[in-house]
Amino acid sequence: MWFAKPEKLHAKGIMGMNHRNISYIGRYNPRTLFPLVDDKLKTKQLALNAKVTTPELIGVISHQYEVKGVVDIVKDSPGFCIKPAKGSGGKGILVILRHQDGFYYKPNGQGETPEDLERHVSNILAGLFSLGGKPDVAVIEALINFDDVFEGYSYEGVPDTRVIVFKGFPVMAMMRLSTAASDGKANLHQGAVGVGIDIATGHALRAVQYDTPLTTHPDTNKPLDSLKIPHWETLLHLSASCYEMSGLGYLGTDMVLDQKKGPMLLELNARPGLAIQIANGRGLLPRLRQIEGLRGHEQMGIEERILYVKKHFRS
Amino acid sequence: MVSRKPFYILIALLLLAGLALMLYRHFSFDVPWTPGQKRPIWSIEAKVEFKAHGDPVMASLAIPSTQPGFTLLQQTTASPGYGLTFVEKDGSGRAEWSARTATGRQELYYKVDMLADPNAKPTWLATPPSIDKQVEKEPFITAAEQLMTQAHQRSSDSYTLTRELLKELNDPESQNALLLQQGKSKADLIVELLNNADIPARVVKALNLEDGRRRQELVNYIQVFEGDKYQLFNPTNGQQGQPKNLMLWEQSTGSLLDLVGGTASQVTFSMIRQNIPINRALEAKFKDTELMNFSIHTLPIEEQSLFKGILLIPIGVLVVVFLRVIIGLRTSGTFMPVLIALAFIQTSLLTGLLGFLLIVGVGLIIRSYLSKLNLLLVARISAVIIMVILIIALFSVLAYKIGLTEGMKITFFPMIILSWTIERMSILWEEDGPREVVVQGGGSLLVAVFAYLAMNNELIRHLTFNFIGLQLVIMALVLLLGNYTGYRLLELKRFKPMVEER
Repeated sequence: MWFAKPEKLHAKGIMGMNHRNISYIGRYNPRTLFPLVDDKLKTKQLALNAKVTTPELIGVISHQYEVKGVVDIVKDSPGFCIKPAKGSGGKGILVILRHQDGFYYKPNGQGETPEDLERHVSNILAGLFSLGGKPDVAVIEALINFDDVFEGYSYEGVPDTRVIVFKGFPVMAMMRLSTAASDGKANLHQGAVGVGIDIATGHALRAVQYDTPLTTHPDTNKPLDSLKIPHWETLLHLSASCYEMSGLGYLGTDMVLDQKKGPMLLELNARPGLAIQIANGRGLLPRLRQIEGLRGHEQMGIEERILYVKKHFRS
Repeated sequence: MVSRKPFYILIALLLLAGLALMLYRHFSFDVPWTPGQKRPIWSIEAKVEFKAHGDPVMASLAIPSTQPGFTLLQQTTASPGYGLTFVEKDGSGRAEWSARTATGRQELYYKVDMLADPNAKPTWLATPPSIDKQVEKEPFITAAEQLMTQAHQRSSDSYTLTRELLKELNDPESQNALLLQQGKSKADLIVELLNNADIPARVVKALNLEDGRRRQELVNYIQVFEGDKYQLFNPTNGQQGQPKNLMLWEQSTGSLLDLVGGTASQVTFSMIRQNIPINRALEAKFKDTELMNFSIHTLPIEEQSLFKGILLIPIGVLVVVFLRVIIGLRTSGTFMPVLIALAFIQTSLLTGLLGFLLIVGVGLIIRSYLSKLNLLLVARISAVIIMVILIIALFSVLAYKIGLTEGMKITFFPMIILSWTIERMSILWEEDGPREVVVQGGGSLLVAVFAYLAMNNELIRHLTFNFIGLQLVIMALVLLLGNYTGYRLLELKRFKPMVEER
């Protein structure tokens, strides 16, 4: 049999794309709030107001005539990344680890010329990566000094933590580890490894690549079940507070761990994908329904909500 | 959450309205559900011959009209030197030729095209003739009475009575029948007997339609009324009902031909049968009615063929919605596959697929050079558009030179769409690698092929063009699909490992 029986998936509470679009995104995410998360600059401003830490903003390029200045902007930052403010699905993100003698080195060691950087920025400005091809601005951020605890878990890239926050409750989490196949990117459909995380403790549960389970990192062979996310409590708090900050009921928060500054908000996603279910080996629906049926949750503060999920969603 | 009730009511209304419109079109206008149906049209020519003697001539010929089973499409005459009018008399039509003077043998032609049409709506309702009782002498009275009493006992109404009378008259043993038929045709006799029994009946002239027959004569039929309805009886064999290829030439009691100023008149008939596509037949049938004006068929032919294409787009859209929402295929650009499919319709599938792959393939190679030039996006896409046009021109010329006229159809591709496709594919290649290009490009092409197969289907083309109501049905389906929260087929595969473990 090629296909799973729909009843079986249903019994496990696995959410499908259509169900997500109609019953959660359509119902809990007001369209007017989408620009806040679709535009990374606006998200940054939101985070700033809410005192949520984010990666340092090095510069913004919003006009074509400024493109030549990109080299100038980054000259004092050893590692940086250039991303479209309105990009989606990790499209158009250029990560540079270091630069030397006029060459900019990507995580895979490939050197880019200043012209390559400029072309990338003008592509962003023209709207090549933005939804619907609208004109965009390029955001340049400092690279995260990611925590050594993840040494060997990720190949050529920053591992990030995705937490699904429903009505302010962090309901499910996973860590995304880049691989050689994913070219240093943390997108699961490009071959990154997804590790399901116990929402109560921050411990790894299981891991998948290309939707199939695995036990060790494909490039470093490090066993993945030993993975534990430090500062888990802080990370949960940050994620939960993104609900008040953005107003979105069904939200994906992407966090990274900085060596000095701890957990930081990388970006928000109003249409988080469903691979988190595969990484966790369980469906989202039972947890979402439990919270939908919870009385008086509007009055609960962040602390209470975190206590609630720790009690009920422990794996 | 907003109540879904109004939504489902809307869908039900759309479905109902759509289906009602389709049924209306089918039953009122006789538009068939399947394409390629043909209907026979009978062209019947009546030839009137007579000798004129130099006096004013006036010839009046009974002519047929739309009747159960046959719809009159058009009538023409050929009669040089004669004036002609069509008149109506006693609930049926007549053609009247007139001339101040004529000498010698005269030939007048009347031609009528009749569509064999089970839904024909008669121009005139058949009205029962007035009862005309004949007073006969003995021994006919007794014979008639005996015959009548026997038939009456074995019958229950006018129709069965006629049947029994015919049976008696056709019995060679019956003395009464032989006696009564002296000097009278069987048809006239029956009518007389029925009239005497207060049953309205008359003799009508009918024509047996047979393809390619010439010099046919009219045959007598008996029309027996009961209230407003009537039945036809064949006097020679007593058969009841109207045979399939029998057409009533005259529908009232009048004579076939009234001639003033001529002698030795004769009317003969010849006929041929043609099968024509039902659409043309219907066009001819409804060309004068206002109701038909509500459809696209009244537009000029050029606009009609334009609409033929436009009305197919919802089918393609439905296919895309289905493949994305139910199956879960990924495509590059939501409705790009529909546009590609429209191009396939122009080029035929194989040429289209080859052309598409050729253009996109060559485009990708050239585009990879452009990407090194560090151009602004808009300028780059513009360059790609021009490039695509040049590639198309080149391939067309090449194909023509080596004698492949099929290759020239490549020009039907929407060039702006192709350029955007090349641009997206090229970016996809740079960002996600060739594998993703194959997945998304292949997905788009697959959806395009499905959309093409649906849109190019003879039956679907027939239905979309002839039944506007179908659009409402498609709309309802699309809305329903937009409300589907179940799993996509490919998700069943994707999530399969999750239910298999442990």
